[in-house]
Amino acid sequence: MDLIFGVPAPLLLGQLILGLVNGATYAILSLGLAVIFGMLNVINFAHGAQYMLGAFTAWMMANWLGLGFWYALFLAPLVVGAAGIVLERVFLRHLYDKDHLFGLLFTFGAAMVVEGLFRYQFGSTGQRYANPLPGGLQLGFMFLPYYRALVVPAALVVCFGTWFVIERTQLGAYLRAATEDPVLVRAFGINVPVLITLTYGFGVALAALAGVMAAPIQNVSPLMGANVIIAVFAVVVIGGLNSIMGAIVTGFSLGVIEGLAKVFLPETSDTVIFVIMAIVLFLRPAGLFGQEK
Amino acid sequence: MLWRPNSTLVGTAVLVIALAAPSFVYPVLLMKVLCFALFASAFNLLLGFTGILSFGHAMFFGGAAYASAYTIKVMGWPTELGILAGTAVAATLGLVVGQLCIRRKGIYMTMITLAFAQMTYFFVMRAPFSGGEDGLQYVPRRAVLGVIDITDERALYYVVLAIFLACFALIHRTIHSPFGQVLKAIRDNEPRAISLGFDVDRYKLLAFVLSAGLSGVAGATKAVVFQMASITDLHWGTSGEVILMTLVGGIGTLFGPLVGAAFIVGMQNRLAGLGEWVMVTQGLIFMTLVMVLRTGIVGLLSDLRARISRRRTV
Repeated sequence: MDLIFGVPAPLLLGQLILGLVNGATYAILSLGLAVIFGMLNVINFAHGAQYMLGAFTAWMMANWLGLGFWYALFLAPLVVGAAGIVLERVFLRHLYDKDHLFGLLFTFGAAMVVEGLFRYQFGSTGQRYANPLPGGLQLGFMFLPYYRALVVPAALVVCFGTWFVIERTQLGAYLRAATEDPVLVRAFGINVPVLITLTYGFGVALAALAGVMAAPIQNVSPLMGANVIIAVFAVVVIGGLNSIMGAIVTGFSLGVIEGLAKVFLPETSDTVIFVIMAIVLFLRPAGLFGQEK
Repeated sequence: MLWRPNSTLVGTAVLVIALAAPSFVYPVLLMKVLCFALFASAFNLLLGFTGILSFGHAMFFGGAAYASAYTIKVMGWPTELGILAGTAVAATLGLVVGQLCIRRKGIYMTMITLAFAQMTYFFVMRAPFSGGEDGLQYVPRRAVLGVIDITDERALYYVVLAIFLACFALIHRTIHSPFGQVLKAIRDNEPRAISLGFDVDRYKLLAFVLSAGLSGVAGATKAVVFQMASITDLHWGTSGEVILMTLVGGIGTLFGPLVGAAFIVGMQNRLAGLGEWVMVTQGLIFMTLVMVLRTGIVGLLSDLRARISRRRTV
């Protein structure tokens, strides 16, 4: 059997791909957090719950409505994003002029409600979601499942698509301008409140999309959001919230590092992201890509 | 000004009730309220009086619970030394984490505390000494100072009450000291405090360590009362709970965290058989308070009092 650094190659490469898949989740989620924070000045604690909602919406569509993965991939983000828009319109918009900790606490409460209800309904063990692309490539040194091989480029397309919209289009220019100075942008006749609502809906839809994409790989469980969101917070602290590219790069790299930790130092795999966060805080307090506002 | 004579009055009334309470209510429930009231007061020292929202206070509470359970159960230390050990561990952890946290501000700081708490959670869960998912159980209740037999729940209640009062007095003193004034100045206007020449980071760090240490007293005492340290003490849910207690009672009020702790512990006790509904209810309370009652119960009462007395003077 081939060995790389004393580790069997299939194990190493398998974890590397799983790391990239997890990294894709981190990247999409921290991207959503960054986009929302930029416009709303709210840290969306419900992001993990919305990720979980995305996965469960796909599961419910499959099991209750008979709609397959490809439908869910488009419909679940729309449904969850619409729920996010309602949340923003009814509640969140009243908190923008308050201390930003209230936005965090409100979304934390919303996350508790959603997770509690799903735990009540589904228990905490989790449900299986059928792999839409069974089978895979036999590469000789390892077996590469089609689905995992496709998730990573798909996530990259989503991330860079978002980056392109925000950094290179007219709509993105409005968004960036409204982030800098909402009053002035309003004076130019742009409907900033609608822009804010749509931004929140978009960020939530991104979280739900990440949830749908993760559903065939891991168990669909009410706990999946809470576990991932804290890691994503660490990613955001490392990468900074100001840079879209920073969120993408940090997300993928930390996923890979976590995957490598599972191979070389399994007992550190849960904590490695937080250790890196501590080191970054020590050496470069403002984060790798960010300047503090 | 309005509060000053009355906080003595309220304090005396609360003390009388606290001394008589074990005759009417199950002492273990009361001790739970006291532990969480101390925890929430320690947390409020940071949120309400320094303006730092920590989302990781479970690491100090739970870390101290594990340290005291371990020293008492495995190393055979006396109860009071075990509680001190827990406090020391929490304060040290506070020093290390605080040092890194104050390098960032605002919302980032909150996320950092949450991340470090999660790291502590995983670390303890995997550590060989912690008993994993089971935690450390059957911690013996050794006589306090060699004489007070705390296997009697009433005796233990008065020990816990004494610990609580001592710590609460320390918090009260801190808030009303010159040091506390500087903390409030930092909370209200940090750039101004800096320009006045205060070394803001040192003040924040000291407040952080103090809050962590006092949370440690609460966690260590809880471990003695329930005779166990469990992994839930370290879970982010516990960090959320202490925020909720403070928010319910009133952020930045002296008695708010006490009221909030009594309210939330009482609610959990009521809903105990309903499982996940506790979580849902707590979430709903969070959402409601943030939307309509950001000052909490005590804040609301003092607003009302201020309004009534203003009407009288007019």
